[in-house]
Amino acid sequence: MTYAQAAPAETVSYATADGLLSSVWLLVAIPLVSATILLLLGRRADRWGHWLGVAAVGAAFLLGLSYFLGLRGLENRSVQLSLWDFIAVGGLHVDFGLLFDPLAGVFVLLITGVGFLIHLYAVEYMAHDERRRLFFAYFNLFIAAMLLLVLGNNYVMLYFGWEGVGLASYLLISFWYTKPAAATAGKKAFLMNRVGDAGLAIAIFIMFATLGTTQYDEVFNGIGALAGGTVLVLGLLLLLGAAGKSGQFPLQAWLPDAMEGPTPVSALIHAATMVTAGVYLIARSNIIFSANATLQLVVVSVGALTLLIGAIIGCAKDDIKRVLAWSTVSQIGYMFLGVGLGGAAYALAIVHLLAHGFFKANMFLGAGSVMHGMKDQVDIRRFGGLSKYMKITWITFGAGWLAIIGMFPFSGYFSKEPIIAAAFEREGWTAWLFGGAAVLGAALTAFYMTRLFVLTFHGPKRWTEDIEHPHESPPLMTIPLVLLGIGSLGAGWLLATSVPDWLTTTAGLGTAEAHHDAVLPHWAIVVLSLGVTVLGAVLGWFLFRNGTATSPQPAGVLVTAARKNLYTDAVNEAVFEKPGIFLTRALVYLDNRGIDGLINGLAAGVGGGSGRLRRLQTGFVRSYATSILTGALLVVAAFLAVQAGWLA
Amino acid sequence: MTELELPPIDYAAIAPILIMLVAAVVGVLVEAFVPRRLRHPVQLPLAVLAVLAALTMVVVNADKRVITIGVIAVDGPTLFLQGSILALSAVALLLLGERVVERGGAFVAQAAVTADSPEDRQQAENAGGAGEVYPLTTFAIAGMLIFVSANDLLTMFIALEVFSLPLYLLCALARRRRLLSQEAAMKYFLLGAYASAFFLFGLALIYGFTAGLGDRQAGVDFATVNAAVANSTASPVLLFAGMALVAIGLLFKAAAAPFHVWTPDVYQGAPTPLTGFMAACTKVAAFGALLRVFHVAFEGARWDFTPVLGAVAVLTMLVGALFAVTQTDIKRLLAYSSIANAGYLLVGVLAPGSEGLSGTMFYLVAYGFTVLAAFAVVTLVRDADGEATHLSRWAGLGRRSPVYASVFTFVLLAFAGIPMTSGFTSKFAVFGPALDGGQVWLVIAGVLTSMVLAFPYLRVVVLMWLSEPGDSTPTVAVPGALTSAALVIGVLATLVLGVAPAPLLDLASSAADFVR
Repeated sequence: MTYAQAAPAETVSYATADGLLSSVWLLVAIPLVSATILLLLGRRADRWGHWLGVAAVGAAFLLGLSYFLGLRGLENRSVQLSLWDFIAVGGLHVDFGLLFDPLAGVFVLLITGVGFLIHLYAVEYMAHDERRRLFFAYFNLFIAAMLLLVLGNNYVMLYFGWEGVGLASYLLISFWYTKPAAATAGKKAFLMNRVGDAGLAIAIFIMFATLGTTQYDEVFNGIGALAGGTVLVLGLLLLLGAAGKSGQFPLQAWLPDAMEGPTPVSALIHAATMVTAGVYLIARSNIIFSANATLQLVVVSVGALTLLIGAIIGCAKDDIKRVLAWSTVSQIGYMFLGVGLGGAAYALAIVHLLAHGFFKANMFLGAGSVMHGMKDQVDIRRFGGLSKYMKITWITFGAGWLAIIGMFPFSGYFSKEPIIAAAFEREGWTAWLFGGAAVLGAALTAFYMTRLFVLTFHGPKRWTEDIEHPHESPPLMTIPLVLLGIGSLGAGWLLATSVPDWLTTTAGLGTAEAHHDAVLPHWAIVVLSLGVTVLGAVLGWFLFRNGTATSPQPAGVLVTAARKNLYTDAVNEAVFEKPGIFLTRALVYLDNRGIDGLINGLAAGVGGGSGRLRRLQTGFVRSYATSILTGALLVVAAFLAVQAGWLA
Repeated sequence: MTELELPPIDYAAIAPILIMLVAAVVGVLVEAFVPRRLRHPVQLPLAVLAVLAALTMVVVNADKRVITIGVIAVDGPTLFLQGSILALSAVALLLLGERVVERGGAFVAQAAVTADSPEDRQQAENAGGAGEVYPLTTFAIAGMLIFVSANDLLTMFIALEVFSLPLYLLCALARRRRLLSQEAAMKYFLLGAYASAFFLFGLALIYGFTAGLGDRQAGVDFATVNAAVANSTASPVLLFAGMALVAIGLLFKAAAAPFHVWTPDVYQGAPTPLTGFMAACTKVAAFGALLRVFHVAFEGARWDFTPVLGAVAVLTMLVGALFAVTQTDIKRLLAYSSIANAGYLLVGVLAPGSEGLSGTMFYLVAYGFTVLAAFAVVTLVRDADGEATHLSRWAGLGRRSPVYASVFTFVLLAFAGIPMTSGFTSKFAVFGPALDGGQVWLVIAGVLTSMVLAFPYLRVVVLMWLSEPGDSTPTVAVPGALTSAALVIGVLATLVLGVAPAPLLDLASSAADFVR
């Protein structure tokens, strides 16, 4: 490793917001107020509540856009707004403050823009659910929390939004809580997120303990003065938090289970909110991560490992939403790979995140549209030939498919290929390792996404008996699909050419380091990545163009392992769950027998004693007088004893 | 024959006492000359106005530090305690004067009618209430005002009798269950007289002890006693026996164990508004006197009386907490709670220095308002036969009357010392100085018994909210304006003193200095 300990090139400082940008708090306030109204009004808002929810996010998007444009005129394109003293205890001062800079800006646009389309789609998708108003309240809450997360100007604010996102995701994943699977998935998401949250919380404690502050600018300026070990621990804890929210190894297991929620929730979690939070955290903290080479190596390894895990498992799944879920795990892995590579690759990761936001939302909503037409069937083995029945869904999903596998000129090509190229720019054998992993991941992605696409829309019909005429979804669902499809098609080039430039004024992201030369020439990497993509896609197409068996088939070791999520759940169960349950049982036993026994015994003793003592209160004046006399004698005797020096 | 020279009298300083005494005499005249149906409308405003006027005079006197007529000390603690008694009395008078909840009020017109006879039942249902209640209460208040300002033991004794005798009478006047009420009055009177005898005997012994001062004349004023504790040549047995007996007389009124035995019976038997008055105001008066006696007269013997009174405090807390656990009657439960609180107050009395003094005074005010609110709710939970005080009848009250159940829950949480209520701040105010003064054992006993006490309080909460209402669950009467006002004041004071105790604590600590 020859990466220098990269100290921040210049001190980070943010201008104070004024003019239009001083109302940036509205971004969080609008969806929050809307959520509050929907929750408080209850059934009275049932008739129009969903439109309020849609309008709130739409308004936030328009506001976000105007703020975004407003940033362009400013010198360093970063403003912060301190609203009030959030926490002021002893040495700890936390602002309730917001920061609007290019990084936050693109996230705001992604969250509100894609979020708006998903909201619109959900109006129709949830039309038959009698708790639709509640659903939109949680949806708005989700958006508000996510906006707070990306807009805070210190880590405590980020944590505030972070927990809000966790809460909203829990409420939404288990929205159909009467389904045991949904309730369990909600709990699983919440618990696995807590593991990551604990890491983030401890990281914030460390910041306060060592730097005395949690404000972004002060932390970033102070990080250079910290010992390498502290930075490493701090970074690893932040990474743990990020891995929890973004479903990265080893905390990836909750993300696919989160499919139990209504499909728009999956789209929102996977495309616009939640999973992007981890990437945001690392991009925001890039100065911390760049300060330690080991830390970067860990991030890159987590990214590479996760992208392969996600891709391998994705090949073996038959549930349309689960395949998409594992593809998210895999694609976020690419983003982690990008942010871990450091330097200019941060911006590439953000580009991929934005592009992914479009095509993943597109495909999730497309999957929802398919389910809508197929009576909520999710098994791709029972689809087939749907291209004739759902033209719009087919075309838009196709755009998403081509985008995610990175086919030129769809958005994925412009966002993924540079990350692969950047991976090859590492030193020595690590270039081959990580570059190779990225290329292998691309090939696998092409294979399993093609499998998904072909099995769903082409080949023979393998429908269950109860389905006769699948129908296209109504316009309220297809319009967002079309818009997102256009995004999948065109956004890549636009983003890849403008975003990295735009992000250069974000703290830390502008200080590109000297590049190593890649171990392969650039044209070779382009050919290689496009080549494996085509190869994977063609393979997938030919293997599955004639459909597949409609029931699970015996399979080899690798496929079986992939079907079982590469045994990661089994490992979790063996390493954490079993000992955890044992520990819990032991503690419960101790609590019941030991502590409760002691307390109950004591209470029983007090009660029994009280019952017996009560008999002293006879109601007879004579015995009262005796009691007083005895007491008086004792008190006098005691006083005299004190006087005589016998006591005290 | 030598000419008697009258001591100079500072009328302004004793104005609150004079106002209450005059109001009491006027009340007697009203009772004699005003037509029956006008008596209540005249008496209640008269009493309340007198209390407010006296309270105004206390405020006017705020900066006075004098001993007048040689026996009345008007100083910070006196004024603070007089103010507390008057403020609490004003609220208690609202409860005493309520005539909407029960037709004719909680007091019966002719107490002499044989209890439980047909005539008695007749008058329980129909007759108006006794107007004598107001002058009697006013006399009692006047006695309490003298009691906390008395600067010698003899004046203190007279004040004790002045405020006790009306209370004995009032106890017997309950409209419902008057046999119980009369029994309570009888017990209270007999035991009260018994305790007074102890006090008087102790007074005599102290007088004997001060005779050993030599150059100075013997006497029972506190300055003389104080000097005698330091310098008397008489046998210290006189001092310690006398101190013990005086303490017993006062501890009886304060309801400290083992002199508490009257409390549950009297609290249960007395008309509930009067129970509230006693729990709030008598407590202030008794502890006011204890503070003055032990902080002024016997200050020099602090190291000798602290362990003994500390033991009494621990015993009181234990008795209050342990007996409360198995009570089945809400008034008896509150009586034992009041006994335990006497123990906590004793911890404050024994804490050295002015912090203990101011903490105790704060506690008295905070506890007084809370306990008045508690008994105000008790007057409301009733059925055709009057108040339903058995705890089983309170089951499921939260379903029937969520508002009053919430109020009572809040009051019980305050008793239990939950933060955000005055119960927490006041316990903190007495335990803090005790801890600083090194009396860790008292604080430990206090915390442990608080824990035990939380059980009976929470049991009532659980009963009210988590039990299904049965057929016997009474409905809560709609309170009249007076009870509502008392309830609101009590609850608000409990809340405000819990959230923002600083102003009253500051007032108490600026007042915490005895004139000697």
